[in-house]
Amino acid sequence: MPATYEPIATTTLSSAAASVTFSSISGSYTDLVLICSPAQTTQGQGDLHFRFNSDTGSNYSFTRLTGTGSSALSSRGTNTSFINFENYGYPSDILGNSNQIVQIMNYSNTTTYKTALGRANSPETGLEASVGMWRNTAAITSITCFMNVGTLKSGSTFTLYGIKAA
Amino acid sequence: MLAGNTAYVIPGDYESIATTNLSSSASSITFSSIPATYEHLQVRAIMRLGGSDYLTTTFNSSTAVTARHRLNADGSTVSAGGGSGTGQDFGPYPTNSNAANIFGVLILDIFDYKNTNKYKTYRFFNGFELNGSGQIYLQSTTAATTNAITSIEFATYSGTGFVANTHFALYGIRSA
Repeated sequence: MPATYEPIATTTLSSAAASVTFSSISGSYTDLVLICSPAQTTQGQGDLHFRFNSDTGSNYSFTRLTGTGSSALSSRGTNTSFINFENYGYPSDILGNSNQIVQIMNYSNTTTYKTALGRANSPETGLEASVGMWRNTAAITSITCFMNVGTLKSGSTFTLYGIKAA
Repeated sequence: MLAGNTAYVIPGDYESIATTNLSSSASSITFSSIPATYEHLQVRAIMRLGGSDYLTTTFNSSTAVTARHRLNADGSTVSAGGGSGTGQDFGPYPTNSNAANIFGVLILDIFDYKNTNKYKTYRFFNGFELNGSGQIYLQSTTAATTNAITSIEFATYSGTGFVANTHFALYGIRSA
């Protein structure tokens, strides 16, 4: 039985950086799973955003369900230039204190807009379950993860997996 | 599971069982003859419905459901609810009345699907985005059956069915 769930690439930052990009993603899989273990240089400074195929246009949107520790909230972004899966589950300034898991469904088909499910977990501040969409039918060949303010701390890790269907 | 290490799923422990990709509309999608080779099942799907409707999930042609609960959000309001008996799963999906090319997404985990000593509890993580509206859902449901699950049928509550390019993929997860 061939491997169905495969690691594609891993990036571990050796110094602070504003972004991490996975490029030249093949169309060999059906879904992508991106496991992020980000930390930011300064607590509460910024949020982790995602873009596909270097598209900086206002072609993204997202809806979030948040737990703050004392209440449940919902929020959304419309006609944004990024997807942001977190509101309270933003990266901590301590390595290992937060993670985000992004499930990018049917990323390589050229018929549908691309929709992803996200989970953000930062026990110091909160968590999210979210959905985001990129209004483009192109196959996703690159993913950029970036801080809107500040930088990702050295030691932050990002691993991309591919899932094949029968 | 730690990002940055090697794969947290050992190749061969998470396997593709079957996939359906609709080339035209269909009223239902069924995975049958599911082997008892695995410990858990996962379904990953994108879907668009023929009309305003709800997904239904049926195991072994039985509609027995003990209970279901949901937590969902629409961009401004968080809601929770529950129900029992047979009926639709929670969460609408995009339809032909929505902008073209928009599909909802679903990840469904079915735990201990072959265990004949207990009911089957499964969870949904699903949602859709319409750029200005959208919904995100967390749901769990218990099917009141101790039978091993050998078939899963996905359909819609009011019969509007699925449109072309709807895609369902079934995976099996092995135990040690």
